[in-house]
Order: sequence, then structure tokens, then C-alpha cells
Amino acid sequence: MRMLFSIVANAILCTACVAQKAEEVTIKTPTGFSTINVVKDFGRVRHIAVNTNGDLYLKLERLEKGKGIIRLRDTNKDGIYDDTLAFGNYIGTGIALKNGFLYASSNTTVYRYKLDANQNITDINNPETIVTGLVDKRQHSSKSITLDNAGNIYVNIGAPSNVCQEQDRQQGSKGMMPCPILETAGGIWQFKADKLNQSYAEGVRYATGLRNVVGLDWNDEVNELFVTVHGRDMLFQHYPQLYNQKAGAELPSETMYMIKKGDDGGWPYVYWDHLQKKKILSPEYGGDGKKTGAPQAIEPLVGFPGHMAPNALLFYKGNQFPAKYKQGAFIAFHGSWNRSPEPQEGFYVVFVPMKNGKPSGNWEVFANGFSGFEKVDNLGAVKHRPCGLAEGSDGSLYVSDDNKGYVWKISYKK
Amino acid sequence: MKKFSVFIVIIFSAIVYLFAQTGTVDIKASVQRGKKVYTQYCLACHQADGGGVPRMNPPLQKTEYVLGDKKRLINIVLKGSNDPIEINGEEYVNPMASHAHLSDQQIADVLTFVRNSFGNKASGITPAEVKQARAKK
Ligand code: HEC
Repeated sequence: MRMLFSIVANAILCTACVAQKAEEVTIKTPTGFSTINVVKDFGRVRHIAVNTNGDLYLKLERLEKGKGIIRLRDTNKDGIYDDTLAFGNYIGTGIALKNGFLYASSNTTVYRYKLDANQNITDINNPETIVTGLVDKRQHSSKSITLDNAGNIYVNIGAPSNVCQEQDRQQGSKGMMPCPILETAGGIWQFKADKLNQSYAEGVRYATGLRNVVGLDWNDEVNELFVTVHGRDMLFQHYPQLYNQKAGAELPSETMYMIKKGDDGGWPYVYWDHLQKKKILSPEYGGDGKKTGAPQAIEPLVGFPGHMAPNALLFYKGNQFPAKYKQGAFIAFHGSWNRSPEPQEGFYVVFVPMKNGKPSGNWEVFANGFSGFEKVDNLGAVKHRPCGLAEGSDGSLYVSDDNKGYVWKISYKK
Repeated sequence: MKKFSVFIVIIFSAIVYLFAQTGTVDIKASVQRGKKVYTQYCLACHQADGGGVPRMNPPLQKTEYVLGDKKRLINIVLKGSNDPIEINGEEYVNPMASHAHLSDQQIADVLTFVRNSFGNKASGITPAEVKQARAKK
């Protein structure tokens, strides 16, 4: 009996000590970089933006005390945020700063707030509504945003579907031809950045055939839009005769594209296969894992392993990091779920070296360790999931996490 | 001490025996078959440990749906669901597809497996119960 007690007591003590040790993760970066945690416990922090004065904006996917946007300010410049302003009564993902305005999105609407000369928001309770009435059917409902230098805003409208089947995610259900979802979703829409109350009628379908773009950024070097796309799920589960467990985990590729007006990414008819380097016909549309399709569709610049969920894209403009990083792309991978029973993959920030808008080398993992595990089998135990990226005016890189609401700042010291 | 543990073992076996008798299904065999069905048709979304995928696919661990009304549970598998279901204060954005293509036996097995795995403990589900739910539509 006494032994039982001591075993129980030991077990309790042990879990306590493990819990303490495991509390904070260590972020690994290349030599010369250092990472500090600057924000904690703000819940589901999706995309983030840093203003010229250092203000950090967080867009939340779940309201915290009724608010969906947080502005953190370091008033005495000691490196610690000492002033918190919470506003906006809507959830969402998108946030961006441009020409004296803060833009923020819910899952249906894009708002903007005017900033004064001191970078304060002039009317926190009454933002202007720029875009409204966008499709929100729960699945893939994040409206990520970015702006160009010619007065336009680009909004991702994700397809509320896996691969446009008659019955979504149902084994054996055929793909619809043509896919009606593409009329109002599954692409990027362009709107005027300063015109009020626009909806589909006033917007332009800038690009189509993009299942769900969560990461997007305007590349100033080549003056074009770039996006990262979440590829489809369920190849192995629905077509085990065509894809084995490993192939289903690895395929289709998660992709990065350069997008020109009118481009078509091919969804749902094809997916990108980075191993064959081809646009492969979806099995719901008669594909067999080898047949190609959609000749009109553009090819991605990079095909990453499947299901890793590229949630943010950022072109590095600063001078703080070594020269190789200039104009290159950072991508925050949220981490997979549709690789099971294979281990999950992602949960890190990747770097793609770029020159003139084209990759100039292989992609590499830049910052890792967010999940807290070497190998992820249990998604519920994952500590942090990278979701947003922003660059400070000093050239530091900020990474947000929408699991526990952390933000890290990554800097380089010569 | 020894007597005490023998007593525990007897009580425990009696409970297990009673449980096995009350259901008309052979729970152990059904659970074993159900595990195979689960691995093939449910695991991708609900994960190997039944923990689900945060914000996308709900867990199957001691949820109201798994442990509660059998008809409602059978109907979720037969008809699927794309309405906001709240489970322990969370909503999940993916749709659950209909699995009506599975046989009455497969659905009974997989639900019996789910109700007796991932920390769950509940009575089994019979093919007759699935058949009845299917007939009602
Ligand atoms: C495509 C992904 C997917 C697959 C495959 C799937 N489910 Fe689900 N399941 C879901 C989602 C998403 C919900 C929540 C639906 C909603 O919110 O309307 C759900 C809900 C449920 C629920 C009720 C909620 C809960 O968590 O208790 C049960 C029970 C369930 N699923 C069991 C199963 C079983 C058994 C199988 C295999 C036969 C299966 N599911 C296959 C995605 C899936």
C-alpha cells in the first residue's frame, strides 16, 4: 500500500517537473540570428503588421474580451510593449498597413482605419468598409489581404470545398464540371483600396483556380502579386488504389506562384506534383496520378511537400539580414493534419532565395522548433503554429502563432 | 491486502461480464473490426488518438455526440454534418462527409470502436440500430 502511494506521489511530482521544463520552446535559426519572444498569450493571432514607429498589430481569429485587433506599443522604447489597445469587434485573419491606413479583414469584409501623424487611429470605433459581402461558408474562410503600389487591395477568397466535388469530401463523389465555386471563390479578387462598400460587382477576379491562398504579398522588386496555396486533401484516403499512404502525405504540393492578372492555378481540375514536376489531373476529374491536365493553368515557382499549410508569405526588404535574404521569400508553415497516419510536417518558417521574382536556389527551413516536438504525431499537443509574418523597419522578422498567441522577433547580429 | 485484491479482481470481472451480456453484440470482436474501419475512413480527420484537428475536425474523446444519443450518433455517420457543432466550447470548420456507403455492420463496428476507445466507455451499437436509422432517413 505504501509503495502504491509513493508511486502515485512520484508520478505527480514527475508530471509537474516535466510540465515546467517543457513550458517554453527553443526556436532554432541559422548562425548569427537570435530569437526573442515578444508577445505571449493573445490567443489565435493570425496575421500581423508592424508600423514604422514599431507598433505591432495582431489580427485575432477569436475575440479576446470582445475585441479582434490588438495594437501593442513600446512607449518608452525599452524593447518591451507597455501599451495595449484592443479594438474591432470582428474575428479574422488579414491585417496590413499602407499609405497612412490600417486595413483589417473579417471573414466577409475588409475595413480600414485612418492613422494620424502620430500613427494613432483617428476613429477606432468607425472604420470605413472597403469590401463587403464575400463568401464565408466556414471552410477556408480567412480573407488574407495585401496591397500594391497603385491603389489596389488584393483579397483571397478561399474555396469552401476540398476539390469541388458534388458532395464535399465524400469518397467517390465526382468533381463538378465546370466548378461553380470559382464564380465567387477559389481565387484572388482585386478591389480599389480607397473606395467604400465594394463587393463582387465592383471587384475584379484577378486570378482563379487557387484553392485557398492564406499567404500573399506584393513583390516590389518585380511589381507583381505572389501567393502561397494550400493544396487539396484526401488523395490516399479516397483513392488508395492510386496513392499509397506515403504518396498521400507527400502530395499534392503546397505551392508558391507569381500571379498576373487573369492567371489560373488549375484548381480543382489539377494539382501540382513536385516529384513529377507536372500538373496532374485530379482523380475526381478522371485522373490516375499520372495523366496531366489544364494546359492553360500556370505552373508554380516552388512546390513544397504536401499539407504543410503555408499561412504567410513575406518578401524581405530590409538590410539587417545578410545579403542572401534580400528580396527573398519567407513562408510561415502552419503545419499539416492530412498526413496522418504518417507524422505531421511543417510548423516552421521557410526561406526561398529569390532574384527578379524567381527562386535563385533551393528552399530551406529558416526557423524551427515552434511545435515543441522533433516529430509530431499528436496535433493536440503541438505548442505553437506559425501563422503570420511581418518585417520591422529595422529589418527584424516577426513570426506569430495562432495556437497560444505568441510572437517572436528574429534579428541578425554581425 | 491479498484478499482485498482478489476481491477487486472478482468485482471487476463481474462488471466486465455484465457489460458484455447486456449488449447483444460481442463488443470485443466488434471493436476489433471497428478499428479497421476507423483507420480507413475516419482516422485522417479525427486522427489516430481521436483527438481531432484543432478548429477543423472535432475530437471523439468523451464528447456529447459520441457518448450520448445513439440515433444522433449513427445519423452523423450516415448523413454527415456541415452545421456549426459546438464541442467543449469549440467550433470546427470542416464538413463531415456522409458515410452512408459503409454497411450497417461497418458503421456499427466503427461506432462501437469509437465508444470504447480514446478514453470512452459506452455500450456497443448493433447493425440493427444502424439499419433502423437508415430506414428513417
Ligand atoms: C473529412 C473529414 C472527416 C472524416 C473522414 C470523418 N469525420 Fe467525423 N467529423 C468531421 C467534422 C468536420 C465534424 C464536425 C462537423 C460539423 O461541425 O458540422 C465531424 C463530426 C463527427 C462526430 C460528432 C462530433 C464529435 O466530435 O463527437 C462524430 C461522432 C464523428 N464525426 C465520427 C466520425 C466517424 C466514426 C468517422 C468515420 C466513419 C468520421 N467521423 C469521419 C470530419 C470528418
